[in-house]
Amino acid sequence: MEIFQQVLFVAALAAVAWYITQRVRLISRAINLGRPENRFDHADERLKTMLLVAFGQKKMFTNPLVGVMHFVIYAGFIIINLEILEIILDGVLGTHRLFAPYITPVYPVLIDIFEVLAFGVLVVCVVFLCRRFVAKVARFQPERHREMARWPQVDAAIILTAEILLMIAFLTWNASDSVLRDRGIGHYGELKGIVPDFIISQYLKPLFTNFSDTALMAYERIAWWFHILGILAFAIYVTYSKHLHIALGFPNVYFSDLQPKGEMQNMPEITKEVQLALGLPVTTEADGSQPNDNGQQPAEIGRFGAKDVQDLKWINLMNAYSCTECGRCTAACPANITGKKLSPRKIMMDTRDRMEEIQRGWKANGNDYRDDKSLLNDYITAEELNACTTCQACVMACPVNINPLDIILQLRRYRVMEESEAPASWNAMFSNIENNMAPWKFSPSDRFNWADQVND
Amino acid sequence: MSTTERNYKVPTMADMTASGEEPEILFWVGCAGSFDDRYKRVTIAFVRILNHVGIKFAVLGPEEGCTGDPARRAGNEFLFQMQAMANIQVLNGYNVKKIVTACPHCFNTLKNEYPELGGNYEVIHHSQFLQGLINEGRVRVKDGESFKGRRITFHDSCYLGRANKVYEAPRDVLAALDADLVEMKRVRANGLCCGAGGGQYFKEPEPGKKDVNVERVEEALSTGADTIAVACPFCMTMMSDGVKNKNKEDSVRVYDISELIAQGQGL
Ligand code: SF4
Ligand code: SF4
Repeated sequence: MEIFQQVLFVAALAAVAWYITQRVRLISRAINLGRPENRFDHADERLKTMLLVAFGQKKMFTNPLVGVMHFVIYAGFIIINLEILEIILDGVLGTHRLFAPYITPVYPVLIDIFEVLAFGVLVVCVVFLCRRFVAKVARFQPERHREMARWPQVDAAIILTAEILLMIAFLTWNASDSVLRDRGIGHYGELKGIVPDFIISQYLKPLFTNFSDTALMAYERIAWWFHILGILAFAIYVTYSKHLHIALGFPNVYFSDLQPKGEMQNMPEITKEVQLALGLPVTTEADGSQPNDNGQQPAEIGRFGAKDVQDLKWINLMNAYSCTECGRCTAACPANITGKKLSPRKIMMDTRDRMEEIQRGWKANGNDYRDDKSLLNDYITAEELNACTTCQACVMACPVNINPLDIILQLRRYRVMEESEAPASWNAMFSNIENNMAPWKFSPSDRFNWADQVND
Repeated sequence: MSTTERNYKVPTMADMTASGEEPEILFWVGCAGSFDDRYKRVTIAFVRILNHVGIKFAVLGPEEGCTGDPARRAGNEFLFQMQAMANIQVLNGYNVKKIVTACPHCFNTLKNEYPELGGNYEVIHHSQFLQGLINEGRVRVKDGESFKGRRITFHDSCYLGRANKVYEAPRDVLAALDADLVEMKRVRANGLCCGAGGGQYFKEPEPGKKDVNVERVEEALSTGADTIAVACPFCMTMMSDGVKNKNKEDSVRVYDISELIAQGQGL
């Protein structure tokens, strides 16, 4: 019987590991669709940012209450991994509470910590469910934010409920185990006198006192399997969910723009054209390198700006997979606040959705498959793009340092330079700048007229 | 207006170079500062302060051109770079090292975006420059208008604040006035845009519930301030329009920080 359970457990573990490897491959392949960009510079500063923003959750604490609640879940996730290690080893080796005899004095302290965290996670998940579905925090409501309709809401509900169930399984498992230990049954009883009752689950013991020995053992096994299989299933589910941020949040912050700056990224391929047009010496090649005269072919010029995810940078795509759909960006966006269609969260979700559509295409038709859709137009419309004031509020608000503005600006470049699709008044502004050196229709020779009034 | 004879001067780079001189700073006026009737008064106020403290400055005058900021944000990289290269040729031709500007968009572009195209200058926003003058004691606000009992609220410009992390300089400048400084709900890194950046100023807003500047002015009015201080030509227009929209133009005024300092000095 025991060996049968072990085999089953190892098989489950292997299947999950295999499946997750496939998912990781697929997702990294999607991220690698993006154009190259060096984000491996300034390692010290990057590390510091990651420690502060990802590990330290600095930006979450702008709202201290939510910050603390999220921190409980986060700490719970990281620390409970220790407990999962024991559970996995128990499962593989067919042991029960493997670590207890070796670290006897520390063991109950550890489990108490896990239980407190598990209880904390449970409470916070209930509060989060209430915030979303009862108190209806504005930034989560599909009535106000169309990108939140359907799946994002279901996803959030699934995750929160799953976490609650997993934590209940963990706590009741400990409680039923304690009762079995008290009764001195089998290998449970072997730990009698070594392992005491635990801080939270002791209060759940009365639930089990009327159980027969067999029923109790059955419950203990069911709770154990439910807990660990639930966690494994959760690990797979996460790769389909916004909860991928629990893994990608860290590298995403590490590789993020080091500081939000008003600087827009230069386009060296255009610098070259402009230098040629103005009869200036060419100082940069299209790829940003120094020019050379050894007859080498210049790097191929792609599109000006971005039409689809392939034209974006890999970091934009990693951003999309790291988005937690929290909507802090959208809640700070002046365009969204005043009822325009633009929502920076939607920009990130669209980018991810587009990549997932491409992945489905690969699966069905092979890895070279290309469809004729694109991020621009099929997902993100001109109306959304044109509404952005480039104010950087979204960039500043994002707790995992995502930059939705960067994507918006690259899409705008494509529309203006490749499709000549700017709003008419922007075209007027362009031609004014071109002809009058100012965005308005004034004669450049009047530019200094203000000086006549300084002594008035 | 004034009883005394004024004698403010605005030398151009061309004049200076012709007489073999070099200014301490180049004052980059910007398109709004040159052409917008309201913002020309800000340009003038700042030039008077520069004259008053005796700083050797110059402007480019007719040789200045749009930095290209609105074109770049709207997506027209070609036009931006054409503008940038032309301006850089002029600036480098005059061997310019230090630039002061009252426009956060010019400030951001000259400071962060020109270096990659061969234009390397020390670029300072006029709020930082005024802060320096006040700290050095070269500007003292007591000869002119008194601000006692007046409530001033400062509207952060995105391109000064979030984009370049200049939050305190304009507030320090306002603190030199004997007024009550009141903050809005959304300030500094949380500030709410005036709605003009990213080329929005040059087109109609997309459909929505209300215009961004109206939302922002409502927030400014709820502080009870009688003066909305700004440090950007676009914020200036947007806030003024918002105040008009709320029919408050008789009781609430929008000023640039340099105008307030000039008033405080009686310039
Ligand atoms: S930068 Fe654009 S998308 Fe981001 S908050 Fe500002 S207006 Fe919204
Ligand atoms: S981009 Fe950042 S702030 Fe916006 S929803 Fe995603 S995680 Fe939240």
